[in-house]
Amino acid sequence: MYPAEFDYHRPESVSDAIKLLQENPEAKLLAGGHSLLPVMKLRLAQPSALVDISRISDLKGVREDGDTIVIGAMTTYSELMGSDVIKQKLPCLIDAADNVGDVQVRNMGTIGGACAHCDPASDFPAILLALESEIKSVGPNGERTQSSSEFFMDMFTPKLEPDEVVTEIRIPNVSNIAKATYIKFAHPASGYAIVGIGAVRTNDGNVQLSVTGSVPIAARLSAVESEISGKDLSDDNIKAAAEKATEGLDFVGDIHASDEYRAHLTKVYARRALESLK
Amino acid sequence: MKHEITVTVNGTKHTSEVDSRMLLVHYIRDVLNLTGTHVGCDTSQCGACTILFNGKAVKCCTMLAAQADGAEIMTIEGLAKNGDLHPIQEGFWEEHGLQCGFCTPGMIMASYDLLQRIPNPDEQQIRHNLEGNLCRCTGYQNIVKSVQFASKKMSGAPGDD
Ligand SMILES: Cc1cc2nc3c(=O)[nH]c(=O)nc-3n(C[C@H](O)[C@H](O)[C@H](O)COP(=O)(O)OP(=O)(O)OC[C@H]3O[C@@H](n4cnc5c(N)ncnc54)[C@H](O)[C@@H]3O)c2cc1C
Ligand code: FES
Ligand code: FES
Repeated sequence: MYPAEFDYHRPESVSDAIKLLQENPEAKLLAGGHSLLPVMKLRLAQPSALVDISRISDLKGVREDGDTIVIGAMTTYSELMGSDVIKQKLPCLIDAADNVGDVQVRNMGTIGGACAHCDPASDFPAILLALESEIKSVGPNGERTQSSSEFFMDMFTPKLEPDEVVTEIRIPNVSNIAKATYIKFAHPASGYAIVGIGAVRTNDGNVQLSVTGSVPIAARLSAVESEISGKDLSDDNIKAAAEKATEGLDFVGDIHASDEYRAHLTKVYARRALESLK
Repeated sequence: MKHEITVTVNGTKHTSEVDSRMLLVHYIRDVLNLTGTHVGCDTSQCGACTILFNGKAVKCCTMLAAQADGAEIMTIEGLAKNGDLHPIQEGFWEEHGLQCGFCTPGMIMASYDLLQRIPNPDEQQIRHNLEGNLCRCTGYQNIVKSVQFASKKMSGAPGDD
């Protein structure tokens, strides 16, 4: 299967990439291509040009900025899994990455691409929401940093202009994280999340929970959070809080799992995620 | 739009002119005539097209030839040296890790990636790391045994690859 005709550009810098996006309004950025190329091969997307930013070195790698961990947008899942900083300080991201697709997908897919794609079944949006991450982007009018809950706006729709490039994912207050986890009920064939839950307990007693897969776009489970935060993680408290996992959310259904089933699984996985925060 | 790309495949440098939309798997098969890399599903699911791209296993049906400019690639044809099978190939031979053989090149390249990261994987690690490769006839039992065979052989003779 061949995609429709397009031009291919490989700029050396983010500012060149932005220029190319401005000159070609129908162009799209190419990161690992593991979400974009499959839809182009099916002709569900026909951009006029691809702007390959995957090799721009400023966009790669993991670094620490005080108490914030910064992940370059073009860091692949496998590069993330190989990072010593992540291994020591955010092992929950290794669990989440190890759950994505398969080895080959992890060798190509990038964290920035996963964020910008806003696939409702994508794993990283959930764990990044629970970690209260920020997403930094650069456009013709300069840079901005948004909270992940602003950024993950809707299904396949990030809060991003067409000529804006995601440059960094920033995870703040890392030393305040007591425990964090990502668990997932994967579709057995595709490996994508039917439901995935990211969960974080902070040293000051807050619990942050988020869901992906069962809802149109990854979202925080605010009702669960307010029920459990500040309380001890006893079995009874966890059970009561997890019961609230469906509050205020719309669930999606398809041939793989109905909306009721996904809503049910969301409660079950919220409970399991809370248990693993003990 | 045409691009000149330079790619090193199994140690040989090739410079070619390719269309933007040419997929890497078609470049390897149709331009370089290295037909050991297979197209199974053409939708990133089956792993039959797995090659090593700068040392890492990737599905080249989901890549553009243009993305490979400057890359080092190894395909199944690059494994045997002077007619001697690589230990992973030997493993698939000895342990009956294939029947029709269609998935085998991809299975072997994915196993190569695995054994370079985890030289002595347990069964669970082998299965997890081969999740991106589907086999429709052998059943995975013998494929696991093939990788275990290779792992033993390779740790017995370090630097063998
Ligand atoms: C077989 C298979 C299984 C998979 N399984 C899973 C899974 O289990 N869980 C999961 O979460 N994902 C899964 N994925 C998706 C995979 O994680 C994708 O690689 C990832 O979601 C997108 O990253 P990418 O680098 O490939 O982005 P691309 O495909 O290159 O880009 C995706 C979109 O984001 C845009 N974009 C990319 N980078 C930027 C940027 N820096 N700024 C602005 N826009 C940008 C692109 O223009 C495009 O619209 C799977 C993919 C495949 C092929
Ligand atoms: S042909 Fe590439 S994954 Fe099936
Ligand atoms: S040996 Fe036939 S598909 Fe694997």
